[in-house]
Amino acid sequence: MNSEELIQKVCALESRARKSEKRTDPVCVEIPSDILLSFLKRLRTEPDLSFDMLLSHTAIDWLADGKFELVYNLTSITHQHLLMVSCYIPRDNPVISTVSSIWKIAEYQEREVYDFYGVLYDDHPDLRRLFLEDDWKGFPMRKDYKDDFILVPEA
Amino acid sequence: MSVKVSTLHERTKPPMSPGSSLNTQEYFINMGPQHPSTHGVLRLMLKLDGETVREVIPVLGYIHRSIEKIGESLTYQQFIHQVDRMDYLSALSNNWAVSMAVEKAAGIQISERVQYIRTLMAELQRIQSHQLWWGVFGMDLGAFTPFLYGFRDREMITDIFEETMGARLNMNYIQPGGIMFDIHPNFVKRTKEVLKYFKPKLREYEELLSDNVIVQERIRNVGILTAEKAISLGATGPVLRGSGVPYDLRKIHPYGVYDKVDFDVAIGSVGDCWDRYYVRVEEMRQSMRIIEQLIDNIPEGKFEEVKPAKKLIIPEGKYYTQLETARGILGCFIVSDGKETPYRVHMRSPNFNNLWSITEIVPGWRVADMVANLSTLDLVIPDKELLCF
Repeated sequence: MNSEELIQKVCALESRARKSEKRTDPVCVEIPSDILLSFLKRLRTEPDLSFDMLLSHTAIDWLADGKFELVYNLTSITHQHLLMVSCYIPRDNPVISTVSSIWKIAEYQEREVYDFYGVLYDDHPDLRRLFLEDDWKGFPMRKDYKDDFILVPEA
Repeated sequence: MSVKVSTLHERTKPPMSPGSSLNTQEYFINMGPQHPSTHGVLRLMLKLDGETVREVIPVLGYIHRSIEKIGESLTYQQFIHQVDRMDYLSALSNNWAVSMAVEKAAGIQISERVQYIRTLMAELQRIQSHQLWWGVFGMDLGAFTPFLYGFRDREMITDIFEETMGARLNMNYIQPGGIMFDIHPNFVKRTKEVLKYFKPKLREYEELLSDNVIVQERIRNVGILTAEKAISLGATGPVLRGSGVPYDLRKIHPYGVYDKVDFDVAIGSVGDCWDRYYVRVEEMRQSMRIIEQLIDNIPEGKFEEVKPAKKLIIPEGKYYTQLETARGILGCFIVSDGKETPYRVHMRSPNFNNLWSITEIVPGWRVADMVANLSTLDLVIPDKELLCF
């Protein structure tokens, strides 16, 4: 399956899913955040697609738009295709459902995203900081993060 | 806020599950962050019942170097120097992952010569990484001799690297648009010497460890990771292949010149420590096969398409590229907003993702088995901890 066929098949699953207009590699599908869990579950179980491995999950802080973009990079061991799934959540209320029931590794990748961006995962089995201390103030990968020592010089 | 965030203290505090009829009590004990068998500063909280491990909680963050945050203020050429320090046994693959991501996004064509050299270097590094792992694995199980063997032979490969690149561990050799220097005139000759020397030595390795009854007893059928669980846990590389899944990016999405060489993907059948062990031993053999096929055919050509000082800008967008290091899939995710520096850069580390298999395979085994399990996962601790920031 080439990427054009793949994206058509993926978009056919859900009327609100559409191909990202930005330049991406691999091909990227954008979905509204409320259907994330059910949509990813279908990607996992649909026999033609069977995205059985979550390669990476991370967030991007679009400070100017007031949004976090959550990115899931999926691959299928059986069919060997790659797909990027992206969804946006508001910066002031960053809550999203966890996908750790589909892929176990998501539990830990989501903890990393919580640690650095403060994205809260609903129904997460063990939501804690991953790298930083439990009493750390703030979320350091956010673009507006400030701390006492200067980690990254201001541009 | 409806979503509740917990803490490590809450996670590990009593009261615990009631003891068994023999009136035993489960308790938490720290293994690390300074334990020799964790090969770095990995801290594991073990819930023990006597000597049986009931639960493992990895606690990370002791060697946190903020690579991703720093990456946001560096140009792509500068970022290469950061990623070297992630998984220091696969420094060249780390360089290559970032270079490949940048080249694909910016549409830079790489000469055949560079592709050959990159592939050769990556395979040499895979061998030296597995040699070191093999030595350390022996030491973890209580045998000191393998450690000396592994380091002695690895030295010869690092010497080759030093001659061409001027460094032994963090080379910064592969760069977006080429490589830093052309290969040293001695490179081909010395690589052949190493292959000639190491081939019979690998048989010696096997006699020393693989054929050893004590080693076999300690790792056969210990810590079984089924294929289904391995995939769900995002395990890649020898850990996944040990569970019987023939997933190797060098075969599936060939990069470099892997499509031109003939090699086999080693897989296990049970998914125990032995399978993970033997997959790596076999990979050393396959890597030598790859090098043998390439070493005499390096084509002539330029070694860099883009001068390191040139401004590199990649078009706005999101790019994810991946390759196979000695430990598994290393992914490089770049978000560009059309500036000289990335807007966001994320590295998908094989070590970070492989680590969590430990929570699945260890419960039910003794502490000593845990050391064997940890060792066959082949973790480089700074990778997963510094990568993910």
